[in-house]
Amino acid sequence: MAKLYTKKKNETQKMLPKQETVDFILNYSKALRIVKTTNNENFEIVVN
Amino acid sequence: MATNQLPDALLVRDYINGNENALAVLINRHQSKIYGFIYSKVLDRDVSDDIFQDTFIKVIKTLKSNSYNEEGKFLPWVMRIAHNLIIDTFRKDKKMPKYRDSDDFSIFSILMDNSPNIEGQIITEQVEADLLKLINELPDDQKDVLEMRIYQDLSFKEIADLTGVSINTALGRMRYAVLNLRRIIEKNQIVLTN
Repeated sequence: MAKLYTKKKNETQKMLPKQETVDFILNYSKALRIVKTTNNENFEIVVN
Repeated sequence: MATNQLPDALLVRDYINGNENALAVLINRHQSKIYGFIYSKVLDRDVSDDIFQDTFIKVIKTLKSNSYNEEGKFLPWVMRIAHNLIIDTFRKDKKMPKYRDSDDFSIFSILMDNSPNIEGQIITEQVEADLLKLINELPDDQKDVLEMRIYQDLSFKEIADLTGVSINTALGRMRYAVLNLRRIIEKNQIVLTN
């Protein structure tokens, strides 16, 4: 079996978004309502 | 089956049906790949966060408006949205380059606001008001020349024509006006500084 001569890469730290970014997305999702009109148009409503 | 082990397609369906927790699971599952992908292109944490946020706002809007069709897989679809937003960001940057503060470079080294601050403006107004009072103390002929020259920006020729005197007389009156002002200021120990 062929030997591997390359060194194993150092474990890189996982890149993660800021917690506040994730929180914002989740809160936005909870607040957003999309209503479809009879003309098939979407209305976005953000409820606080 | 625990929520954390459900496949993406089921979580997406749950989310569309109103289970907000499904989105949290999807984000938690894929955030590293999506964020890492964005960061590998833009190399800036803040911009990456912005794009990550915009990506999921698009995801949420598409899912909530029932426009999502499960043709492909969830993750490649989100990656494609992120990719398009990255391209948009580069386009915007090309149109309007951004400069950011760093240890070696401060934006304020090339960007300065030379307008006076509020304190400076108040002092200037006070000095100008005091000066007007002093000018009113001058004899009329000197005061007229000084006002026409300084406040109305007339030339000495124009002043001479308007007041019916020679240019030399107008010049002389201006000189006496300034000397008299200095004398009043020194005599009364008035401080006019800005």
